Amino acid sequence: MTKGISIVSPDKVAADRYAGLSTDAWRWLGTAVLIGLVVLLPFRLSNYHVFELTMVMIYAIAVLGLNILTGYNGQISLGHGGFFAVGAYTAAILMHHYAVPYWATLPVAALICFVLGVLFGLPALRFEGPYLALVTLAMAVATPQVLKYFDNWTGGQQGLNLVKPQPPPALGLDRDRWLYFIALIVLLVAIRVAVNMLHGRTGRAFVAIRDHPIAAAAMGIDTARYKTLAFGTSTLFTGVAGALSAIIIGFVAPESFTLFLSISFLVGSAIGGIATISGAIVGGIFIQFVPNLANDISDAAPSAIYGVAMLLFMYAMPHGVVGTLGPLLARSVPRIQARWPALIGK
Amino acid sequence: MTMKRTILTGLPGAALLVAGGLALAAGQYGPGASDTEIKLGNTMPYSGPASSYGIIGKAEAGYFAMINEQGGINGRKINFISRDDGYSPPKTVEVVRQLVEQEQVLALFNTLGTPPNSAIQGYLNDNKVPQLFVATGANKWNDPKNHPWTIGWQPSYQIEARIYARYILKNLPNAKIALLYQNDDFGKDYLIGLREGLGDKADKMIVATKTYETTDATIDSQIVALQGSGADVMVTAAIPKFAAQAIRKIYDIGWKPNHFLSNVAVSVKQVMQPAGPEKGVGIISAGYVKEPTDPQWQNTPEYKEWLAWMQKYNTAGSITDANNVYGYSVAQTMVQVLKAAGNDLTRENLMKQAASVHDLKLPMLLPGIVVSTSADDFAPIKQMQLQKWDGTTWQLFGEVISGAGS
Repeated sequence: MTKGISIVSPDKVAADRYAGLSTDAWRWLGTAVLIGLVVLLPFRLSNYHVFELTMVMIYAIAVLGLNILTGYNGQISLGHGGFFAVGAYTAAILMHHYAVPYWATLPVAALICFVLGVLFGLPALRFEGPYLALVTLAMAVATPQVLKYFDNWTGGQQGLNLVKPQPPPALGLDRDRWLYFIALIVLLVAIRVAVNMLHGRTGRAFVAIRDHPIAAAAMGIDTARYKTLAFGTSTLFTGVAGALSAIIIGFVAPESFTLFLSISFLVGSAIGGIATISGAIVGGIFIQFVPNLANDISDAAPSAIYGVAMLLFMYAMPHGVVGTLGPLLARSVPRIQARWPALIGK
Repeated sequence: MTMKRTILTGLPGAALLVAGGLALAAGQYGPGASDTEIKLGNTMPYSGPASSYGIIGKAEAGYFAMINEQGGINGRKINFISRDDGYSPPKTVEVVRQLVEQEQVLALFNTLGTPPNSAIQGYLNDNKVPQLFVATGANKWNDPKNHPWTIGWQPSYQIEARIYARYILKNLPNAKIALLYQNDDFGKDYLIGLREGLGDKADKMIVATKTYETTDATIDSQIVALQGSGADVMVTAAIPKFAAQAIRKIYDIGWKPNHFLSNVAVSVKQVMQPAGPEKGVGIISAGYVKEPTDPQWQNTPEYKEWLAWMQKYNTAGSITDANNVYGYSVAQTMVQVLKAAGNDLTRENLMKQAASVHDLKLPMLLPGIVVSTSADDFAPIKQMQLQKWDGTTWQLFGEVISGAGS
């Protein structure tokens, strides 16, 4: 045992240092640069582009939720648009009927969507693979009609118009940039929570259940508990994203939450890399920009272009952008280092 | 205009006035307008559940293309930027922000659907961008006090229902009315309009109401229940599928009420033929555009002009589809307003002109129906004419009726 480790570790230590910095240091540096960029970016862009990036982050949070459930735990959901709607309407109803400040609706939406997800996860224990997909599909299909039914609360088909949040005057930010930073903070918190959960015991349990439920149970993992936990956490993320979207768009209506939204989440998740965390951001970018690009390319058949883009992505990168490029990058760094030591150094 | 007056009057110093006028004109541009171009933005459901309405956007693009080919408006070409929103309100917000902030359009024109328009109304009014002639039948667009930058176009469902109520009060004063309506805002607008039109007699005259959901398989039980109420007037506020069912069921159970049918369900192809043309004889509805399938228009110059336009500029569109008449007519309204704005192409003046249309007649609106607005009236079309189904076609009858006021 000890012998094995002692052989491996010197190599590993050597390989883990680039240009005199450890991988950890590199990671911190990278993260710091990245955060610096996303903080400065909105001041360089027009209001409209800031709004677009805000939507990217919201979709990324929703996709991250789906990644936890589908990517890490292997439960396919076609109903996350429904949970997104629950989050959005929680925020909208609280703001519209009870004049709750917008920021206070986020934890409420999180709680409601978590409980709902756990409740939904209980019967879902009995369904696997395509059967669960069908059950959740029912949720997505039913959502717009259920929303219309409770029209005293939801405003029916007319939807609810919300008062747009005012940024605190002391900050000197305009509304679009203020909302951008709110979304950014929520996204960073969501990523942090996901990293902590998925890179620990819970994450390993999720993956074990996905890869081999029987073996996982035999190892003593409480599969029922972890599956419902995965469901609840996943819907919590997506619900918070929904609440944020209601706040930022300033309007909710049943037409906002059709089946297509649920499918978009799944597409974003698969394109980004279904069992990854950073893939969610790629997924958010895809959901936000590719339909627009498709529209710019062809007015007549945007859906066809969208479909082709999807096919190309899946064909070139079957594990999603991050799922494919990530390992590729990890493999190529030592190779580049071996060939051009001067470039990265030792 | 200025030029003409100058020549006619020949007053000394008039040339100075003209020069002054031109100099002024050059300075009067809002975003999206210039000496050569007027940018209009639009959203349409080219994809998604309501994509059948997308043809309206194509028709409008076709109409503006014709105007541009004829030299544009006062030498300016209309740059009509129409984007797909899939009938999804968040998408509409995004697309409209792009149109306003990136493309810098002068105004939004005929954006389609009640939920999409509700989603952008606040944004456009906050930013003082005209939201002109929206494509929805909801009543809420006529609200100049709270939303001075939003204006409707077509007669609202409430106006239509008030017209039925006025007809009933006049011709069937002792009627016992049954109402079947779709359980959403569209259906509820008919209930509101009917009650308003009947005034204090509403409670006495409306003896029964039933609703249906768009997901229902049939509405047979509702029809039977409404017959059981003893009503002798039936008002059906339904979309095509359920309207056809209602017509058939009423006929099959031997009930013979005076039947009023919502304008959205008068399609010969989608409703009257599937129901059985003979089963609907005597049904009354209201319209405001010339049905392109109606033989009585097909020899008129107005129809021929429309047909020639269809065949040259909207070749993909179907000449039996009334949506192409709608797109043509609403685009004509827009062109009139742009002409009226003259060289003062600011958002303020455009909105002012949109709110000062005086009895504008359009070739494909029914004779006698006019587009008319004022500073406190943002409902351009308020009149409709009743029409009766004779087994093969809708026969217009009676006067053009106004549904304005309450």
